[in-house]
Amino acid sequence: MFPEIGHFSLILSLFFAFFLAVVPLIGYWAGNRFLLEAARPLTFLMSFWVFLGFMILSFAFLSDDFSVLYVSQNSNSQLPIWYKFSAVWGGHEGSLLLWALILSAWSSAVAFKVRTLPEDTGPVVLAILGVVSTGFLSFLIFTSSPFVRLLPDTPVDGGDLNPLLQDFGLIVHPPMLYMGYVGFSVAFAFAIAALITGNLNASWARWARPWTAFSWAFLTLGITLGSWWAYYELGWGGWWFWDPVENASFMPWLAGTALLHSLAVTEKRGVFKSWTVLLAIFTFSLSLLGTFLVRSGVLTSVHAFASDPTRGIFILALLILLVGGSLLLYAVRAGQVRSNVSFGATGREAWLLLNNILLTVLTLTVLLGTLYPLIFDALGLGKISVGAPYFNSVFTPIALLLMVFMAVGPLSKWHNTKLKVLLVSCLVSLFLAVFVSGVLVYLYEFTVLAWLSLAVVFWVVCLSFTDWFNKVSAGTKGIIPRARQLPRNYYGMLLAHLGMAVTLVGILLVSVNSKESMLRMSPGDKANIAGYEFQFDGLSHVKGPNYIADKGQFIAYKNGHQVAVLHPEKRLFNARQQVMTEAALDAGFTRDLYVSLGEKLEGDAWGVRIYVKSFVRWIWLGGLMMMAGGLLAALDKRYRRKAGV
Amino acid sequence: MRKLLFFIPLAAFSILGVLFFLQLGKDSQYMPSALIGKTVPDFNLVSLLSDEILTQEDLPNGPFLINFWGTWCPACHIEHPYLMALAQSGITLVGIDYKDEKAPAQRWLVEKGNPYQMVLMDEMGRFGIDMGVTGAPETFVVNRSGIIVYRHQGEINEQSWQQLKGYLK
Repeated sequence: MFPEIGHFSLILSLFFAFFLAVVPLIGYWAGNRFLLEAARPLTFLMSFWVFLGFMILSFAFLSDDFSVLYVSQNSNSQLPIWYKFSAVWGGHEGSLLLWALILSAWSSAVAFKVRTLPEDTGPVVLAILGVVSTGFLSFLIFTSSPFVRLLPDTPVDGGDLNPLLQDFGLIVHPPMLYMGYVGFSVAFAFAIAALITGNLNASWARWARPWTAFSWAFLTLGITLGSWWAYYELGWGGWWFWDPVENASFMPWLAGTALLHSLAVTEKRGVFKSWTVLLAIFTFSLSLLGTFLVRSGVLTSVHAFASDPTRGIFILALLILLVGGSLLLYAVRAGQVRSNVSFGATGREAWLLLNNILLTVLTLTVLLGTLYPLIFDALGLGKISVGAPYFNSVFTPIALLLMVFMAVGPLSKWHNTKLKVLLVSCLVSLFLAVFVSGVLVYLYEFTVLAWLSLAVVFWVVCLSFTDWFNKVSAGTKGIIPRARQLPRNYYGMLLAHLGMAVTLVGILLVSVNSKESMLRMSPGDKANIAGYEFQFDGLSHVKGPNYIADKGQFIAYKNGHQVAVLHPEKRLFNARQQVMTEAALDAGFTRDLYVSLGEKLEGDAWGVRIYVKSFVRWIWLGGLMMMAGGLLAALDKRYRRKAGV
Repeated sequence: MRKLLFFIPLAAFSILGVLFFLQLGKDSQYMPSALIGKTVPDFNLVSLLSDEILTQEDLPNGPFLINFWGTWCPACHIEHPYLMALAQSGITLVGIDYKDEKAPAQRWLVEKGNPYQMVLMDEMGRFGIDMGVTGAPETFVVNRSGIIVYRHQGEINEQSWQQLKGYLK
């Protein structure tokens, strides 16, 4: 009974989404206020029914209703309760429902705030979000309903959630990622509304800024969590694989970062107007493209998603309608915009333009690398796969260049900066950066690339503090009151930029300074790796809620002192009879100890993989700093004022 | 003229759309290897037969075949008798027991015969990723100088062997 109600509530939500997409637009063209004002209640109604559908699916999971096909494929009666809940988005149908749920949550959030927007803009924004919702809800209902029943042959038990997904990281990773992905639909909707209404002035940029910053912060967190999960769960000790599915989330992030910056220029100076609109479309299109690539099976990936050609056709049609439609609108409307503000070659506009160019190039680099196998095949040139070497060699230099400029940008002033002032601040930092990194490289014998990267790190840190110091020491008020006066927006930027530097430290040191080895160990054996002594104590059998495991005990010593006890496991999951390696980690600020059990050898010996990874935590610490920076910027007081004030 | 510039994104996207449409429903599984012309990537794997840890140093002198298989893979059952015949005719085979468990794999070799000169366990599929394997069975041809010259996806039978054997020198 409940699953049918769930299905019905999704159909109702599709109705409301359709009306939301159509009614306010008719109201806009007919100049009918009543129809325009319908946008708000329609948004809430649509969201309510999506929410109900989601709750019913969650209930089906929690109550082990295996008569529902999707539940029986992705859950099992032995599954711990929190995984039963996260299994809701463990498969294709449920993750689409989560997509729709988050989209409606964003739409409702806009609807709450809609009164702060001009009377005709707000409803049009909601209508655009309605168009997107209509597309996704129909995709969900027509090709991938999660409520399909297995009647009358209901299975006794379910097939279980993929053991790889039975993990805390995977409970929170998809919702955060989708919050980011889908959140860019708000900036997209603002951009399209600006094109429709012709209000392509600076104000749309100001409305879109906090929304973009929020989505960007969530996406940053989502990607960080995904990388962290891959690191400890996949058991190879890697943290980024340039896999198409990862790239699918990384491209919107890069484009979104460009969008954040270009929105700032458009708002403050009224330049780059049509470019910013294009970026907003581009960013959301990349989110859609990611969904298409992941769900249609046109690219192979290590992430095993079930793919289905009919779904592929549907989502391709959706992609073409949404992206093609908005680009057509852009082509027709954006040509009418003219900006007559000029800026000098050293003004902040120029630095941000550079930022945008480099970020766009990076996005296109990743896009090209991801789609290259497809293009190659379509042209009949054969099949190839593009791996990490391409991305590392093309991406790294551009990214380093971007970071060099990233540090200078904040020091510059709008319109024009005195070159002398800029040069003086930079020279000191340049000297410090080259010197300090030079000493480190000399001491630790790093490579040239490592030296360059370290120099960039110190450069960013020095210049960020120089900038902060310049700002707080200006004026007569004294440092502390000035520091408190600086807007949250500014501190957000500072924090995010420093986060980039922290991430770079992590990436660099983990790649040049890690030790890995694969050993054969019997209980009592000891091994020395990177100054740590690992002692294998032995194995025990343990029983988990839905698996049995061999659990090893390793003790790590440094200079004779015990520093960690590690328990790697080999788990055999009951329902799928699938063996999973659960690595044991001892996380530290400057290094991670990582032990995973390989194969059982003869007698009581085991193949054991031991890694000592230096500074690997910094990669994610930087990610968290960037996220916090994004949130700070989004919460800036300026955005709370009403439009037009 | 300036107005036309704004149509560039639309044009670029249209091309991409056509590309996606053509590509949809095609078999994206088939892929020749990026490793062709290169040596076998470094590895550190446990031997299924002797429990020793072996590296690429321990590979036989070429030419030989590297065959990815697993007890879980139905096509490997079909392929197996043909591999036995190849081994008997003097072809050197290196087996990679891919994403598999030890006990059933050993049983398989005892029951069905062992065509391989050496068998390595790739339980996590890590080596498979280094080799760009998308599934089992998959077979790589390594020539006399230790260079990978051909990759075949799917089972080896009389027909595919005719294609493959030209590379084996």
